[in-house]
Formats: sequence, C-alpha cells, structure tokens
Amino acid sequence: MTSASNEGGSEKEMATVTGRPNTYLEAYGELIAERQERDPVWLRQLREDAWTRFDAKGFPTTHDEDWRFTNLASLAKSPFRRPVKGSIAVSAREIEAFRVAGAACQLVFVNGHFAPELSELSGLPKGLEICSLVAAIDCGMVGVAPEGCASDGIEQHLGRYADIRRDVFAALNSALWEDGAYVRIRRGSDLAQPVHLLYVSAGAGEEIMTHPRTLIVAEPASHAAVIEDYVSLGSEAAFSNAVTELVAGQDAVVSHYLVERENLSAFNVSTLRLEQARGSNLSSHSILLGGGLVRNNVHPVLSGDGAECLINGLFVGAGSQHLDNYMLVEHAQPQCGSRQFYNGILDGSARGVFHGRIVVHKDAQKTDAKQTNRNLLLSDNARIDTKPQLEIYADDVKCTHGATIGQIEEEQLFYLRSRGIDEVSARNTLLYAFAAECLDRMHEPAAREFAEGLIRERIAELARNRRTASSAAATEEEVQQWEEVR
Amino acid sequence: MALLEIQDLHASVGGHEILKGVNLTVKAGEVHSIMGPNGSGKSTLAAVLARRETYEVTGGRVLLDGKDLLEMKPEDAAREGVFLAFQYPVEIPGIGNAYFLRSALNAIRKSRGEDELDAMDFLPFYKERMKLLEMDDKLINRSVNEGFSGGEKKRNEILQMSVLQPRLAILDETDSGLDIDALRIVAQGVNAMRSPDRGFLVITHYQRLLDYIPPDVVHVLVDGKIARSGGPELALELEEKGYGWAEADAALHA
Repeated sequence: MTSASNEGGSEKEMATVTGRPNTYLEAYGELIAERQERDPVWLRQLREDAWTRFDAKGFPTTHDEDWRFTNLASLAKSPFRRPVKGSIAVSAREIEAFRVAGAACQLVFVNGHFAPELSELSGLPKGLEICSLVAAIDCGMVGVAPEGCASDGIEQHLGRYADIRRDVFAALNSALWEDGAYVRIRRGSDLAQPVHLLYVSAGAGEEIMTHPRTLIVAEPASHAAVIEDYVSLGSEAAFSNAVTELVAGQDAVVSHYLVERENLSAFNVSTLRLEQARGSNLSSHSILLGGGLVRNNVHPVLSGDGAECLINGLFVGAGSQHLDNYMLVEHAQPQCGSRQFYNGILDGSARGVFHGRIVVHKDAQKTDAKQTNRNLLLSDNARIDTKPQLEIYADDVKCTHGATIGQIEEEQLFYLRSRGIDEVSARNTLLYAFAAECLDRMHEPAAREFAEGLIRERIAELARNRRTASSAAATEEEVQQWEEVR
Repeated sequence: MALLEIQDLHASVGGHEILKGVNLTVKAGEVHSIMGPNGSGKSTLAAVLARRETYEVTGGRVLLDGKDLLEMKPEDAAREGVFLAFQYPVEIPGIGNAYFLRSALNAIRKSRGEDELDAMDFLPFYKERMKLLEMDDKLINRSVNEGFSGGEKKRNEILQMSVLQPRLAILDETDSGLDIDALRIVAQGVNAMRSPDRGFLVITHYQRLLDYIPPDVVHVLVDGKIARSGGPELALELEEKGYGWAEADAALHA
C-alpha cells in the first residue's frame, strides 16, 4: 500500500473534476448578497476564505488518497440547486414519523432552513440553550438573543475547528451554509434526554443541495447527547453536505449520534469535528442505513490531557449504496485514549469503505488507541475496502487494530435452524446480533432505543436475501496491515 | 411403524462419499448406540439426520414416523421432533441463551398450532431444567455457548433437548471432553428423558458413556456401513478387542 498522506503531494492530484456545474458559484453569489447586511465581518471573511479554497481545489478525485475508494464523478456533475426558502410546504404530519421518543426537544430543518412551526422546543431542560444558528447570529448582530439562546461564543468557535484547508467539503459548507443548529450545554448541566436535530430534504421534483451547519458547545463538566438525523421526503436526489463542530470543555461528557436514513438517491457528506479539552469524554455513534453515496467523516482532536473518545459505528448497505467512513483521530496530548468500533454489513452490489487513520503527535505520550472494523458481506458483488493507517510521532504509545471480512457462518445458521428456527428468522437473528454490537456502546436509553428500532427494521429487510457461506470457505480472514508513516 | 427407518443411506461431503449404505431401524422407546472408529461416518450420519445442507445425500431413504426426512429442511426436521446434540456446540455471540431457546421452543410450538410462551411462562420452566443439570443461573442471559466451558456447552445441549422434548434425540459424542462428574450429570439428564414415545441415537467412540446410558441396541459403524449390530454386550466386546476387530470383521464380510 502506498503512503500518500502528506499535503504537498496530493495538492496536484486534487484536480477539479472537469465540467463542475456553476450552480455552486450561483449559490455563493446569491447567498453573499442576501447575507451582506446580516453576517458579521468575521463570518463574511470565513465564507470568502472557504469559497476561495473550494473554488481552487474543486471536488477530489480517486487520485486523492483520502478519496481513493469513493468516486465523486456523479456528485460533481449533478447541477444541485440551492433551494428557495419556504418553496416547499412540509406538514407536521409528515414529520411525525421522524420523532424520537423521549427526546428533550426537536429542531427541524427543511431543505436547510429552520422550520420553527415543525419544531418542538417547549419545556427545555435547565442548562440547555438551543436555537437556529442563523437566528443566533442575526440576533447577535442586533444585540438581542432569542429566548433560550445566547449568541456569545459563536464567533469564538464557529469555523475554528473544521479544516477548510484540508477538506473541500468543509470548505464548501463553510462558504454556503444557510442555517443549522446552535446548541450550548451550560457548565455542569446534566441533560437526561437527547437533543434531536432533524434535517429533512424535500426536493419536490428539484435536485437540491443543502449545507447544514451545527455548532455544539458543551461547557465544562456538562453531560448531554445530540442526535443529528438526516431524512428525505420524496425520492429525488439531494445533496446534503453537513459540518458539525462539537467543542467539549474540561470533563464534559457528550454523545453525538449521526443517523443517515435518506432515500437511495441521496448524496450525503457529513463531517463531525470533535474538539476535546482535558478529561472530556466524547462518543461518536454513526448509524448509516440509507443514502446512495455517503461519506461519513469523523475527526476528533484530543487536545487536552486524559481525554477519551469512542468512535462507534454501523453501516448497512444494499443495492448500489456506497458508504464511506473516514476516521481521523488525532492524539495531540498525553494520556488520551481512543477506541474505534465499526461494523459493516453489505449486500447486493453495495460498497463500503472504512478508512481509520490515527495520528499520534509528538507530545502525545502514553496514547492508547484501538481500532476494530468487522464486516459481513452477504453477496458476491458486495465489496468492502478497509484501510487502517497509523502515523506516530511519539515513542511511548499503544495502538492496536483489527479488521475482518466474513460472511454469515453456515455453522451458526445450521445451529439455529436445527432448533426449529426458520432460515429467514435465523439469518435475521445472526445479522441483528452482529449489527447490534454497536448498541451495547450507547449509554443514553432514548437514543439507544431509537437506534435499535431503526437497525431492527433495516436488518429485517436484508435477512430476506438468501446467501450463506459454505462451511468450507474461510469465514473470517484477517486483512491488511497497519500502514505506518513515521 | 418404526420411529426412524434408514434404508441404504449414501451421503457425501465435498464430493467424498462417507456413508456407503447405512441401514438402521429405531423404534420408539429404544436407545440405540452407534459406535465406531474415527472417520467411520458417525457424525456424518448425525448431520444428515439433522438435515445439514453441506452434506449431500446421494442415495437411500430415511423415514421419520413414516415421513420422508430427506425432504425436510433442518427447521422442519426439528419441528417434526429431531434433535441433534452437537459434538461441538456453536457459539452465537449477541444472542442470549434463554432468549434463543424460547425462540426455538416457540417456533416449534407455533408449527404445531400451539400458543407461544412469553418470558414469564418460560423462565420458571427453564430454570427448573437448569437446576437438574446443575447449571449456573449466570448462563441464562449469556450469549449462546459463548465463553462456556466444555462441560457447560454439553450440558447446554442437554438443557435444550429437555426443553424441546424431541421425538428422536441424536447425541453426537456428547461424552467427548467430559470429566466423570459432568458425564454423570449429562447422563442423568438423558436418562430422565427416556420414554416409550422417544427414541435415542447415542453416538460415541467409547463404551464408558454406555455404562451411564445403557442402550437397547449397539451398532458398529465401519467405513460408512453398519458392520455389526447386537445387544449391550457388543459394546463390551468392542472395548475389549478394539475397533481393529470390528474393522477386520467388516472386511471379511465385504
């Protein structure tokens, strides 16, 4: 395997895909004009820098090492349009199906715009401040914060962590975002119930793009869970390019859940950037069940001593779904721990990618990093590319990894059937047990139950597809070695 | 009508013929022991009867209560009353032991038009059976066979058998790897289930198990065929003379 992980070398390779439609430039022009009076100077500057970056680099190609397994040609050539605010009417009844039982509140965004009439924000728990990001900024400009929300702190954090230099999609989002959620959990607050952020794409005949932007500020010693949930109404292709920055203060404990359940034509690029202060403990749970082409970037930076990070995920693909998971874990300070567990199930001609990159910086002694990626392939045409990658610049570290690719074991299937359980149920049981491993790592009951319901439903669909490994075939094989860059 | 009737059964694994014409009849209420050297086809016979699909039947027929067993899928055979206690019980991570067994029992009950049992009905019954087999309560919610000791796995098989109440129980080398205490407990579990309605095929390499589970009939399987059949005294004779004797005997009659 080649080691092309340095910036300089890849610059040239990230050539613009020829024929990129100019809908991005149009969107940028319109947005700048609309926001001119309302965006503060720092934000205008951020948009401009980000746009310049995107414009110069364009979409990456498979020559870029970070995008080696994911071809973006179909995304790059589609003329996704900026949706007109309020052009699509979505009823409360349509949203009802997407509620999370036991959530503290629900913020609903339709085509990237905050929909207060569909949101549920009554009776917010103490210590939680939440509002639309653009509302917080607009009110900050005129000096009045909306109820339950303060705009101070936005400038301090927004755009400080997502890397617009390295990541073109973060740049595109930073230039074109129109709204998203601003969540602040006050110092020492313990929220028992999760916050639900629902991002709905409703094209109604148009291929639209949205660039949701979320900022979560967890103050020291706070405790909370946030569910970010992407859904579709209708079957049109849509492009959601989301960026979330989650900043955790000292000793904060926060779980982030990403749920991707859009339609099978959807393009979804989600970037979660976690910034961790000393002693903070963050969990990223990703549940990818829908979407046509999905890229899930999770990028924690452990920048305080003793911070802990759990990266937990499940991706389930069938048909021609392409689910790409790109993990970049940066250990910047000593005594931090990170654990990655990703399980993938792929059927039909679905393709999955797990790219787990761990960077241990010079000062990050006593780092303890663990990574596990296990995959089940249910058909001959399904494919997984799994690539662990380790870059160590410290000398006292412990890093382990393991990746396996297997099939449903004939032996287990026979065992269940020999007890009277029919084949479909037996397959369902085994697939579900494999998928459900991620649930054991979720510690917020409402979020866990929500995830469990979604996974159960998706697995039942897959179980109807028959395919077993013969007992003679190797059921699990160890794949790939660490790629080490020192 | 016999409970199990095997006529000229031929079976292959991966194109290699293992069973070369097995004939065997088990009546309800009987315990038959099948003994034989390694590689003689004992486990293949067990797997074929439990309808494992990786074993290909190339000839003969098998009737269970007069029904064509070879037409059945594994789950159908189980629902008709076939139970195989595995030589190597399979670990199933992520599925609780009690949950699994209740699902199996309910699948069988449902196929017979009986009501399914909920956890409240099932658990007392299950725990009582566990007690008989001297099994630890901590195994109730553990994943099926995962992290179980060898003896716990074998006892778990007998536990499943005692809950599912099969018509034909096949024990595939259930004694292998068991110490004397565990063997005694397993044998007690089996003996408690002997009944005029039920037949047993007890597959073993050693005579020792038969001291605890006395058979009505002993068969010696050699190179894919029954070489000899007889009463319990045949097991003792084998123990004394070794399988070489039975093999030579089979060659003589071939």
